[in-house]
Amino acid sequence: MVTMNSEADKTQATNASSTAAPAKTDCSSSSSSDPLAVTIPEEAQSSGGAGGAGGTPSPLPNGSKSGGGSGYLDTEGSPALATESVAATGGTPMETASPPATNATTASTASASASTSTSTATSTSTSTATSITSGAKSAAVTATTSSSATSSSTAAAASAGGKQSGGGSGGSGGLLTVSGNHHHHHHSPHPQQSSAGQSASQPPPPPTSSALAVPAASHHQRGGKNEDAPNILVYKKMEAIIEKMQAESTGVAVRTVKAFMSKVPSVFTGADLVAWILKNFDVEDVTEALHFAHLLSSHGYIFPIDDHALTVKNDGTFYRFQTPYFWPSNCWEPENTDYAVYLCKRTMQNKTRLELADYEAENLAKLQKMFSRKWEFIFMQAESQSKVAKKRDKLERKVLDSQERAFWDVHRPMPGCVNTTEIDIKKAYRRGGSSHGTGSAGASLAKNPVEQLTRIIALRKQKLERRTIKVSKAAEALVAYYDQYNEFDYFITSPELPNPWQTDSTEMWDTEKNSKEVPVRRVKRWAFSLRELLNDAIGREQFTKFLEKEYSGENLKFWESVQEMKALPQSEIKEAIQKIWQEFLAPEAPCPVNVDSKSVELAREAVSSPSGPNRWCFDVAASHVYHLMKSDSYSRYLRSDMYKDYLNCSRKKIKSIPNLFGVKR
Amino acid sequence: MSEAAVPASNANANASEKMASLVREAENLKTKLEEERQKLNDVNLSNIAERLEQIAYVNIKPRKVLKGHQAKVLCTDWSPDKRHIISSSQDGRLIIWDAFTTNKEHAVTMPTTWIMACAYAPSGNFVACGGLDNKVTVYPITSDEEMAAKKRTVGTHTSYMSCCIYPNSDQQILTGSGDSTCALWDVESGQLLQSFHGHSGDVMAIDLAPNETGNTFVSGSCDRMAFIWDMRSGHVVQSFEGHQSDVNSVKFHPCGDAIATGSDDSSCRLYDMRADREVAVFAKESIIFGVNSVDFSVSGRLLFAGYNDYTVNLWDTLKSERVCLLYGHENKVSCVQVSPDGTALSTGSWDYTIRVWA
Repeated sequence: MVTMNSEADKTQATNASSTAAPAKTDCSSSSSSDPLAVTIPEEAQSSGGAGGAGGTPSPLPNGSKSGGGSGYLDTEGSPALATESVAATGGTPMETASPPATNATTASTASASASTSTSTATSTSTSTATSITSGAKSAAVTATTSSSATSSSTAAAASAGGKQSGGGSGGSGGLLTVSGNHHHHHHSPHPQQSSAGQSASQPPPPPTSSALAVPAASHHQRGGKNEDAPNILVYKKMEAIIEKMQAESTGVAVRTVKAFMSKVPSVFTGADLVAWILKNFDVEDVTEALHFAHLLSSHGYIFPIDDHALTVKNDGTFYRFQTPYFWPSNCWEPENTDYAVYLCKRTMQNKTRLELADYEAENLAKLQKMFSRKWEFIFMQAESQSKVAKKRDKLERKVLDSQERAFWDVHRPMPGCVNTTEIDIKKAYRRGGSSHGTGSAGASLAKNPVEQLTRIIALRKQKLERRTIKVSKAAEALVAYYDQYNEFDYFITSPELPNPWQTDSTEMWDTEKNSKEVPVRRVKRWAFSLRELLNDAIGREQFTKFLEKEYSGENLKFWESVQEMKALPQSEIKEAIQKIWQEFLAPEAPCPVNVDSKSVELAREAVSSPSGPNRWCFDVAASHVYHLMKSDSYSRYLRSDMYKDYLNCSRKKIKSIPNLFGVKR
Repeated sequence: MSEAAVPASNANANASEKMASLVREAENLKTKLEEERQKLNDVNLSNIAERLEQIAYVNIKPRKVLKGHQAKVLCTDWSPDKRHIISSSQDGRLIIWDAFTTNKEHAVTMPTTWIMACAYAPSGNFVACGGLDNKVTVYPITSDEEMAAKKRTVGTHTSYMSCCIYPNSDQQILTGSGDSTCALWDVESGQLLQSFHGHSGDVMAIDLAPNETGNTFVSGSCDRMAFIWDMRSGHVVQSFEGHQSDVNSVKFHPCGDAIATGSDDSSCRLYDMRADREVAVFAKESIIFGVNSVDFSVSGRLLFAGYNDYTVNLWDTLKSERVCLLYGHENKVSCVQVSPDGTALSTGSWDYTIRVWA
């Protein structure tokens, strides 16, 4: 079972040197350029996100980029690993290029204002942004906190959202991203949200949105391929479940809990959640339900109200739903500047419950060093956001603060927690490639749907022409195979000798290697098929002897020679083919095999073909011989005294010694 | 099937018309195929398996944990000696373990990260590996220094190499790639013996047929299809569709007449080659994460499947029921493999560890 503690211990141990292990996180931000660009430069240039990086001028030339994508904040890096060292080199030049962090205030003003059009908004536009958003916010937040949903509040939230996006379009680059993103969200398939009357899930773009604004260019690009993003399939499934959980009467009961001197708004307990999952899903037991809940949490859909570790306990701990705005399906790839603003803001809210955790404080220190020239600007943003926040209703703030915190717990997880936004690089490549027309084959075929369709048509025609058997026949065969082999399946039947992995005793392997006696179960297996017999070295030896007695040893010899030849390096193939031809098939062959003239003719053509013989030239003849052996010699062997004696011989030996586990033979 | 449905390259027929007719034909064929196959779909596999006893309990526990990689474990392979394991990782390292003692015997650092595939040669004396470098590289298993010095690049794809196997010989390597092809290479010369074109998406997995000739293999791809190939001709001899998303894993049933697939659509499927159709789907409402890797037990009754939800599910392939769940990994399970003698299961994960279960 997954326990966060052990997980934390483990990962902390492995990454003792660095807070955010770059090796672990370097593909963190999904389709973003950075992980790819940083790890494998040559490839990344052609892959998706690299364009985003190029199209997004950053005030700190290589700084925020390299820092942002790969190892978040890691400017130290240990040279031990390739990834780490690359991440470090990405970070270091930026660090050295920056003036000392202390006197950043005045020096950086110019650079900050020069960066107006880039990733983050200027102070003026930020304030506009926040004031507009705050309007949207307060309306939306009312909806979030009040548990009784009214259509009017939903409408208010919606109109507020509209207002916000309107303001955004007139505003700066930073605002544009917000509106674009918000807009996008409305396109994502959650029509039920408003119709279900779940005020709690109505997407209120939080006031932090301006701080979260990702560079316009890259975000827009990402929005375009959102539906094809690697994790989207799973996100959509989880979101459907979350929606069920939020259904008014049949969902998980969300309440506002009165605590001593204060109220805890919009929460539910872990026990309630687990009970709901048990009731509504085909999970087997509490363990599975808990694991399921843990996954929903680690992806940021539900979160403990005061813990950075995104996991679920089956007790009275309080949890809250994340607002859809922050769902990972929106393809967030927040930048370090956004993170810096967020952390900075937290330091301004001098409340104990908002105090930075140790790792966050460390991250903040690193970010401050990293963004030294930009720090004043980050600080101002944080300040203005903080001011807006202070004006808000207390309960609203509690909810919003926790949701924002949970967002960062997903994207900048606590050390030891899994970063669920990481994606498989194979999938990132493919998607990146297909929308940017790079070397990926997927892209070239997508451009040629005619070819693809023609191929599908050909395959289906091929399928139609194929002669098949009834499903019942195939099923019987599969069941029969199990009947035959179940006693050899260690996961189903206990073996004669103890399984080495279960007992830490290598007796089974030693006996196999050293013993001259062949256990009866092995001999029994020879009767299953000719393949089984030939796969067993001793079986093959026995069969060879039998064939020699029958004066038909050349068949097996020929078949073996062909198999051996096929396994040779290309350079030796030609010679080996000649040898086989001379020995078994040529008119004067000393060891002629009993093959039909057609197969011989095919082999002759192949051997003397102008393009040179290939390793498969005797395949037809070999398979002819194989079937001959199978239908004739093999069945006679199984009926022979030779096989029966061998079988009984092994049986007797077994009988003479009690077959108990742990008894040495 | 009549060939007339495809209009010849009529000069007047514009591209969209041609497309439309192709789409129509493809659909017609699909319908017809479904009709044809339905005629022979007389009973479900699980009905036939009713006479079998339920698998009440599988004695399987975590036995070993192999720690040493400093990033995601992407691929593992059992040595033919039944106790060594090779693993490759995102950290660019290849480690050879004595899984029984959990000791690391060799570690090689490659000049690339994301080593997506690794494989033992049948002799146990060589390993092949590759990944983001688009190459398949062979190392002899000797001392660490010598391994690095004696490495050889055998083949190169035009995109990442996602999977590789040795088909019955140390002298050949079969690879699958993000360039949507598979390729058979001569190890000694690096010559391309055969290439396999047909998939329209990245090839994610390959497996060799366990038959006496070893001339066929199966591939699974992001085009949602699984193909059976003839190594001699380089042609697709059989194809299977049905998955709703990328096929990440393919494995032959030990009998050689069926294959299992694992997909991002969070299901595993069993396709029978004799019936030429899907005969079972292994899925549950509560399983929503993708499958990365599958493997059969010796009898073919159990299918082990590693998921993105950090678990391994054991499926009863004949009754189409889940037997149990293995918890332990703390991140996605990237690879699962039953040991050559069927005594144990290895699992590799993004949590940097490899575990052995028995």
